[in-house]
Amino acid sequence: MNSLVLQSATRVLVALLLVFSVYMLLRGHNYPGGGFIAGLIAASAFALFAMAWGMEAAQRALRIPPGNLAATGVLIAALSGLLAALSKGAPFSGQWFQLTGHQNTGGIYISNVLIFDIGVYLAVFGSVLTLIFALEEVK
Amino acid sequence: MSATGGGENRNNGRAMPGRQLTSLTPIPPALLTLLLLLQMPDIASGQTFSFGFAWIADLDVYFRFYIDALSLLFALLISGIGTFVAIYALAFLHGHPQLRRFFLYLYLFILGMLGLVLAGDLITLFVFWEITSIASYLLIGFNNSSAVARRSALQALLVTTLGGLCLLTGLVLLGSVVGSYEMTQVLASGEAVRASSLYFAILMLLLIGAFSKSAQLPFHFWLPNAMAAPTPVSAYLHSATMVKAGIYLLARLHPVLGQTDIWEWTLTCTGAATATVAAVAALRQTDLKLALAYTTLIALGTLTMFLGSDATIVIAAAITFLFVHSLYKAALFMVVGVIDKQAGTRDINKLGGLGLSMHITFVIALAAALSMAGFPPFLGFIGKELKYEGALAVASEPALVATAAVFANAVTVTVAGMVALKPFLGKPNHVLPKIQEAPAGLWISPLILGGLGLTFGLAPELVNDELIAPAVTAILDTSETIDLKLWHGLNIPLLLSILTFGLGIAMYLGLTRLRDWLTWDFSHAPTNADLLWDKFLEKVRLVAALQTDLLQNGVMRHYLTVVFFTISLVLAYAFIRTGQYPLVFEWPRLNLKEWAAILLTIGGALMAGTARKPLIAICALGALGVGIALIYLFFGAPDVAITQLLVETLFLVLVAAILPRLPVFSPGRKILFRPRDAALGGLLGLLVTLSILVVLQTPFDSPTSTFFKEAAVPQAHGRNIVNVILVDFRALDTFGEIIVVFTAAIAAVTLLGHRLRRGKQ
Repeated sequence: MNSLVLQSATRVLVALLLVFSVYMLLRGHNYPGGGFIAGLIAASAFALFAMAWGMEAAQRALRIPPGNLAATGVLIAALSGLLAALSKGAPFSGQWFQLTGHQNTGGIYISNVLIFDIGVYLAVFGSVLTLIFALEEVK
Repeated sequence: MSATGGGENRNNGRAMPGRQLTSLTPIPPALLTLLLLLQMPDIASGQTFSFGFAWIADLDVYFRFYIDALSLLFALLISGIGTFVAIYALAFLHGHPQLRRFFLYLYLFILGMLGLVLAGDLITLFVFWEITSIASYLLIGFNNSSAVARRSALQALLVTTLGGLCLLTGLVLLGSVVGSYEMTQVLASGEAVRASSLYFAILMLLLIGAFSKSAQLPFHFWLPNAMAAPTPVSAYLHSATMVKAGIYLLARLHPVLGQTDIWEWTLTCTGAATATVAAVAALRQTDLKLALAYTTLIALGTLTMFLGSDATIVIAAAITFLFVHSLYKAALFMVVGVIDKQAGTRDINKLGGLGLSMHITFVIALAAALSMAGFPPFLGFIGKELKYEGALAVASEPALVATAAVFANAVTVTVAGMVALKPFLGKPNHVLPKIQEAPAGLWISPLILGGLGLTFGLAPELVNDELIAPAVTAILDTSETIDLKLWHGLNIPLLLSILTFGLGIAMYLGLTRLRDWLTWDFSHAPTNADLLWDKFLEKVRLVAALQTDLLQNGVMRHYLTVVFFTISLVLAYAFIRTGQYPLVFEWPRLNLKEWAAILLTIGGALMAGTARKPLIAICALGALGVGIALIYLFFGAPDVAITQLLVETLFLVLVAAILPRLPVFSPGRKILFRPRDAALGGLLGLLVTLSILVVLQTPFDSPTSTFFKEAAVPQAHGRNIVNVILVDFRALDTFGEIIVVFTAAIAAVTLLGHRLRRGKQ
């Protein structure tokens, strides 16, 4: 589609959608969002880009083959699950590590749950894009 | 060229990597044999070992082993003969490019058999039982470039695993009657089992399993076909393993299932029939290996026949014969392998005069064959005398059993002559190349096995006191002692023996004429089991093809029709069965925006169903999806709503990418199917709605959602319950799901790539 309006709008929208997807990913634990939805949003962003600028441009913009992205996601999710088994709990149970602050005064926590969600995000993102790109290649 | 001859020396001369390691393969079974021998005195004195660990504890299934005198006897045969077979195979398959693969299969086989006879749990036993089936499949089909070998392997696998399924059913029933799968408990509950109403079913199922494994009528046809295996495998298969598995099962469960009329009659008649049919078939063979294979059938029939009884002498005869048979049968198969290897043929009509050059092999063949024929002073003689004593002691039908035994033994004498005399005596065949003595690796194993037959014959107390007598005791739990002696005095068994020798020698001398007389053509007879098997497989394939056409024809519309129809049927049945219909239906109070969402959904559905152009149908589907997403949003599921919206959007994008490449809908076809589809869709929709209404009318009580609501913040530190469940409480499920998504993407890419390549060509 060679639409100037679409192309110009896409430049802005793609960036916004990607930022939004990361936002959705990070807020997912307390508000609507999460890795799955965020992955879908990110995939939509690239789908939009592909519609406006063509598949090749989208693939170039992504830089990494989407299949690799998906595989990395699965790997990260698996590792985060195993991390829980290594630290103390059962595999895939939530583990929380406090980075700063004290127990009762709040502070910054990091959890393997978030790492797991990032894995989900990448897996969904990569898988959906793999599909879209593959369909476009069938001439 | 023989079946095993082809392609075995392709790699001759070139040293293979890891050869040194391969040549160590006889050591593990040898060590195991030694270990078992060391345990022998303890076990002979009545001690048993039982050990294991929980496997599926909730189902009371343990991975358990149990060693008593009976399992020890079998384990010794398996590991001992396994050692000699391994030594022999090293020489026989020397330079074979797939030698290591062969040993892998052989070890699998040895392990399977050992596990089977040492299993202390019915389920453990079954698992090893199936392992032996699979290992024998791999071994029989080892020459996988030969169609005959592949067919025989598949036949053996299918017959024995069909029997295995019956066995499993029988074992589970047996376990349910006993209340445990543990062997010691099973063995102790014989009376309860025999009194149970399930006894007949258990017995029949287990017998089908045992008979199919031990090639009894009517499952006998696979064993001669299994000759397609390399000779070391035949030697092993026929002497110590696989076919003896069924015999082991019969012996093992004798205290539980035996001592009833039906057990006695079934086993005696089946065994006698198998032995007789196999004896006639053995006389007709000109291939040495096949003739030996039929004598294995004779032996198995005899063993089955004897295990029907519960008289001590009969069981003692069975166990002694089992032991003797393993020794001489392994040796003779190895001898036939040597003949085949050196002379290049196994056809009895082409062989002669080998004794001039192959002295050692001749002596070994004579020793093993004399034991097989039952001549004194070999252990085979003792076995045969016991057999006759046993046959006369069988309670049900001594005359029948004795006649069958005499005939079977006479044929055994004849076949022994065929194997040990005919190829070695007489004029050398000038068509054959110059024959040389085989290398030591080929004759050392049969020499030892044949020598053992003589040693134990001269000194039977060596095996009787610690091996055979305890095994008999283990089966019968009797205090009666068995004494193996060479000389029993002048009695009926001795007379029968002399009769047997006379008959056997007469048959051997008149073998050519006898064979001419027996040459009726079985190959097209309706009773030919091999042929019947082929017909049976044909029918199975026919049914498979029919159901594939019916259910898996590759048309998406058809699949959906089948799935929707099935769901409708199940739901309708559930309503009719339970009689639960939604009694009260309260019209919901909805506000305007909710009505709008519902109208959007219904409108989208109607439009998608009636649209003439695919693009419109898909856009209508999108509208429907948005409507549903709105409903989710209004009723408090924003997460689901977002997901739904995004999926709808991406779906549209995907469809937009595919649509230009799809074939145009053919309207004629579509119109034809439309009323039917509409009816089916309407029916399914109605039934699903009704069932949801029923579900909603039952009071909602879910401890799970209460738990998640309460535990989300304190345990998982998150307030979005849906997401907390996804990434915390059920993270493993989610992990599985992303793997599914990933796999689906890979699969789609692969399929599309395939189509892409095909399109290009």
